[in-house]
Amino acid sequence: MIDDPGLWIDIAMFACLAATALAMLKGRDLFPVAMLSGIFSLLSAGIFTLLDAVDVAFTEASVGAGITTVLFLGTISLVGNREKPVRRANWPALVTVLLTGAMLIWATLDMPAFGDPAAPIHHHVADHYIAESGREIGMPNIVTSVLASYRGFDTLGETTVIFTAGMAVVVLLGGAPLLAPFRRKRKEAPPPKTAPGGE
Amino acid sequence: MMRRNSILRTTAKILIPPILLFALYVQFHGDYGPGGGFQAGVLFAVALILYGLIYGLEALRAVVPPALVLSLAALGVLIYAGVGVAALLAGGSFLDYGVLAHDRVHGQHLGILLVELGVGMTVCSVMVALFLSFAGRGR
Repeated sequence: MIDDPGLWIDIAMFACLAATALAMLKGRDLFPVAMLSGIFSLLSAGIFTLLDAVDVAFTEASVGAGITTVLFLGTISLVGNREKPVRRANWPALVTVLLTGAMLIWATLDMPAFGDPAAPIHHHVADHYIAESGREIGMPNIVTSVLASYRGFDTLGETTVIFTAGMAVVVLLGGAPLLAPFRRKRKEAPPPKTAPGGE
Repeated sequence: MMRRNSILRTTAKILIPPILLFALYVQFHGDYGPGGGFQAGVLFAVALILYGLIYGLEALRAVVPPALVLSLAALGVLIYAGVGVAALLAGGSFLDYGVLAHDRVHGQHLGILLVELGVGMTVCSVMVALFLSFAGRGR
């Protein structure tokens, strides 16, 4: 049937991924769902590693499985761990999702085969990066050369997005304790020791 | 939070220094191995968040005051953009690190080191700020 043992590992990983996703959909208690989302990210990181995309896997493991899970748990501690009960099926939404999904799957039929070395995306600028980055940048890790130098604009944009999003959350949620040092002193009212809840 | 949980406290005490060290390794080893500023920033933040989870928010605020966290988040972006402006002033185009040193490859290395530092700073500070925002509410 299948001779390549690596393919069995791929199939097993994707089966676990699908099972995790379905378990997340079925769950009504949000605490296990948050934990499962961490497991989902860790499985994704494993799949990226199998695809030799170690930098992506690293990011997925640290952000998806690590920080995001902690922030999910923090959110659950604020809003409670029960999902809002769904009264009835929302048919227009289901039809929209099914149609969009079908169109996306149909669109993949036009794409080059998975891992095809002759695909256009591998020959737009990638050839230049692989051939010349050693001479132009002089770094063993081509991913770093591309992210930090060839695509420095994109990474600056990303950093700005992270900064902006973080500041937005701080302004919306952080409240007094975080912003206190930046406020003008109005009265002799020291910031409270424990954070007040949001009004 | 977990004032009397000695197993957790001891484990965290043992784990936090290696996590911080590994974060620095990932930060400065990104030219050779996987990772870079982004992952390193997240790892560094994880160590601080672990400290906050185990020893309480007040202890974390004592280690990293909120004013410092927010300032470093801004400083990271400023460093990144500043490297771009420095390249402009040195006669190149924005974010063209080649002009930052005597030979182009050396300049590239310097520029990449600095922008990765900026990314790491911003990511780490934003993650800690998010944690402080979430954990500081309604407890």
